[in-house]
Amino acid sequence: MKEELIISGRMNPGIDPYLTLWHWPIPLYLFLGGLAAGILFFTALYTILGKEKSMPTAVKWSSFLVPGILTIGLLALFYDLKHQMYFWRLYTTIRFESPMSWGAWVLMLITPLSFLWAGSYLREAIPSWKWKFRFIETVESWVIKNRKPMAWAMIMLSVILGIYTGILLSAFNARPLWNTSILGPLFLVSGLSTGAATIMWMSRDHKERRIMSKIDLLLIGIELFLIVHLIMGFLAGPAVQIEAANLFLGGQFTVSFWVFVIILGLLFPALLEILELSGRKVPVAIPAILILFGGFIFRFIMVEAGQITRYLY
Amino acid sequence: MRYGMAIDTKKCVGCSDCVVACQTENDVPLGYCRDWVTETVAGTYPNVELELRTERCNHCDNPPCVRCCPTGASHVIQGGIVLVTHNECIGCGACIQSCPYDARFSHPNGYVDKCTFCAHLVEKGGQPACVAVCPTKCMFFGDLDDPDSDVSAALKNRRYKALAPEAGTKPQIYYLL
Repeated sequence: MKEELIISGRMNPGIDPYLTLWHWPIPLYLFLGGLAAGILFFTALYTILGKEKSMPTAVKWSSFLVPGILTIGLLALFYDLKHQMYFWRLYTTIRFESPMSWGAWVLMLITPLSFLWAGSYLREAIPSWKWKFRFIETVESWVIKNRKPMAWAMIMLSVILGIYTGILLSAFNARPLWNTSILGPLFLVSGLSTGAATIMWMSRDHKERRIMSKIDLLLIGIELFLIVHLIMGFLAGPAVQIEAANLFLGGQFTVSFWVFVIILGLLFPALLEILELSGRKVPVAIPAILILFGGFIFRFIMVEAGQITRYLY
Repeated sequence: MRYGMAIDTKKCVGCSDCVVACQTENDVPLGYCRDWVTETVAGTYPNVELELRTERCNHCDNPPCVRCCPTGASHVIQGGIVLVTHNECIGCGACIQSCPYDARFSHPNGYVDKCTFCAHLVEKGGQPACVAVCPTKCMFFGDLDDPDSDVSAALKNRRYKALAPEAGTKPQIYYLL
């Protein structure tokens, strides 16, 4: 038997009795960042493939959501900072070893890009729309001419953004639940899946919807595969990681993880999509909402549970 | 030069004087602490063993807090002391998440705060407040690279351990067993 306790009374707020420093803004941001990355990935992909005509929701209409999604995500991040008036310090340096520095800079590039992209399709969505200033029209025509190179930049930035939401957590070796390199690819795939679900939900075109549904099914499959590997990796790891995995295998996050993430967030929507693809009538909103909800809960659980896992006491 | 600390677990009585000395010297806000005392009881009665340790930032040789800091506010100064520059810190909490010792906290003013090894005293040739005040003289501070320093002398003929070395941070506080 071994018992360890702090007898001098360390009760630092947010640190003791266990870490509760990061609350809802962080998982919300991780979810929104992944979602934006997912949508932009498909926007860029189908632009590069030249499918503006057959995939209008993926290329044009879904991209109207992205500036809003990123703005809410950035506001959540800003809200979470404890020394807010110094946030600009992020942009006076580039630190290659820090995932958060990568994230700050990628967001700095991808957010304006998403505004430009959505803005360039505004006149297609609202034909009567008129820009107030001449220079905006100049920018607009430049963007329209350069959509292909912009799409190449966007596809790369969206992959970095999607992966970084996972690496942000996996880089913390002090939290055994996060400290696994599979978290980057897992969050990327989950982000792509939520992006595909959003496009599928928005699409009014039967063919486009079927394509996005098939892609989403594939992504759900990969995600389940990665989650199995995540848990296998933990169970084959050191004591602290076995303990971390046990949070999901009988520990306090068992029900929320298996019910909300695995069953309601992945298996059930996958089943609905299979039924729909085989010709049965399923309202598309149901699998889409479940996937989005599951994606958010997954990040929420990972952030909360990760902060409990530790090396000492 | 490499500053480090050796703490004699056989001499520490767990009085928490080091904690109070630190709070006074460094103006640590009420309800917070940069160092603390831990008691470990191992074994089953009647074969039990008690260990008392005063703990703080380990000023690691491979500090994850410095690596993950997005602004460079967390940095290493001469002698391996890890510090936070207040007006560069955005309070994102990445360094707090990265520390296996939970040695950092969010100061009520917003920035992240932690043990400084009393760098302001050490650079003038003094000792950290916790070491200077210890009534049982169980703490030894100094340059690990200098074989004649207090800390090197303390480590010379004793068995010692570091906390959670498996976390890979190369901690620089040693506990004499």
